[in-house]
Amino acid sequence: MEQPNLKKAAEAENLIFMDKSKSYINSYLGGVLLGLLLLATFYINGRGLGASGAIKDSVAATVNEIAPGHARESEYISKSLGDGETPLNSWLVFEVLGILAGSFISGALAGRLKWKTEHSPNISIRTRILFAGMGGILFGIGSQLARGCTSGAALSGSAAMGLSGIVTMMCIFGAAYLFAWFFRKLWI
Amino acid sequence: MGPLIPQGIIDGGWSYVIAFVTGAFFGMILESSGFSSSRKIVGLFYGYDFTVLRVFFTATITAMIGLLYFNYMGWIDLSMVYFPPMYLWAAISGGLIMGLGFIMGGFCPGTGLCAVGIGKLDAVANVVGLYLGIFLFSEAYPFFEKLYMGNAMGNLRVNEVLGISSGLFAFLFASIALAAFIITAWIQKRVKPVDY
Repeated sequence: MEQPNLKKAAEAENLIFMDKSKSYINSYLGGVLLGLLLLATFYINGRGLGASGAIKDSVAATVNEIAPGHARESEYISKSLGDGETPLNSWLVFEVLGILAGSFISGALAGRLKWKTEHSPNISIRTRILFAGMGGILFGIGSQLARGCTSGAALSGSAAMGLSGIVTMMCIFGAAYLFAWFFRKLWI
Repeated sequence: MGPLIPQGIIDGGWSYVIAFVTGAFFGMILESSGFSSSRKIVGLFYGYDFTVLRVFFTATITAMIGLLYFNYMGWIDLSMVYFPPMYLWAAISGGLIMGLGFIMGGFCPGTGLCAVGIGKLDAVANVVGLYLGIFLFSEAYPFFEKLYMGNAMGNLRVNEVLGISSGLFAFLFASIALAAFIITAWIQKRVKPVDY
């Protein structure tokens, strides 16, 4: 008589564990928390959140380390070099290190830490990696042109009611919808 | 009165500690909202998961109205709050290129980093690509310069361009978001679910 009960309990436990890795917080709660964090960042630091800026600083630091003369001559990179201090000593670089730590903590608590390439069953791992890389390259170029990415320009810029933030946000999401049809095989 | 660090109310020496803690909360909120999964993120563009829209709009409205409230109470000097200046065609072309990159890669820089934090290898490729893209831009800067620096419009606010008050703009923005929440919930029910 005990067997079925044990089995049921094991199944229920399994279900909880399975659900756990896919259970996320409510989207509106996440949004309010993110908004409050953004507000606090504005209040403390005078500017919002960012991500691509930190990568830009590390590009500048790398180029400056490998080819200092080239870095100083480069009109774009020299802007990030400033007063001789390494560009890695920037607010955004520390913020991005925090993103990695925070995401790791959240993933650990929810049982989502795993080396994994997430992809649609219709495409190979190689295709997924290739397009993830190409998407990154485009995001890199676009974020420099628009002076910020989804975090710095679209989210923070829009919240501060900057015209460029709103325009960039509409262009990012608009273009993604526009091109979604062409790349549907990658996802659905 | 804020902002605190630019006015020296909090010593600048603390800024890296604050930056790290801010980033940690940022990463935790993104990850726990589901943004470490590219397939969840792009659900927005195929209609099977609108999490990004809900989180993004709710966050923008919360911070936007919060800033107006802080300003009204005299807690923050909005003229000291930074946002990117407007260069018309750079903002538009940059946004369009990012949108194309978004649908190809499934991540934006912030969510890509967040996914790296839990071990997604596709996100590692995405961040490497991001790094390369920024390097390419900096090397090809003479080519981009005219577009990047052209049509400078300064620190324009969207409500000034529309000729309305900031409060009215926030109200309109929140109304549009609310409508989007309702419409997308309706759409999601009618779109074939995707297992991911």
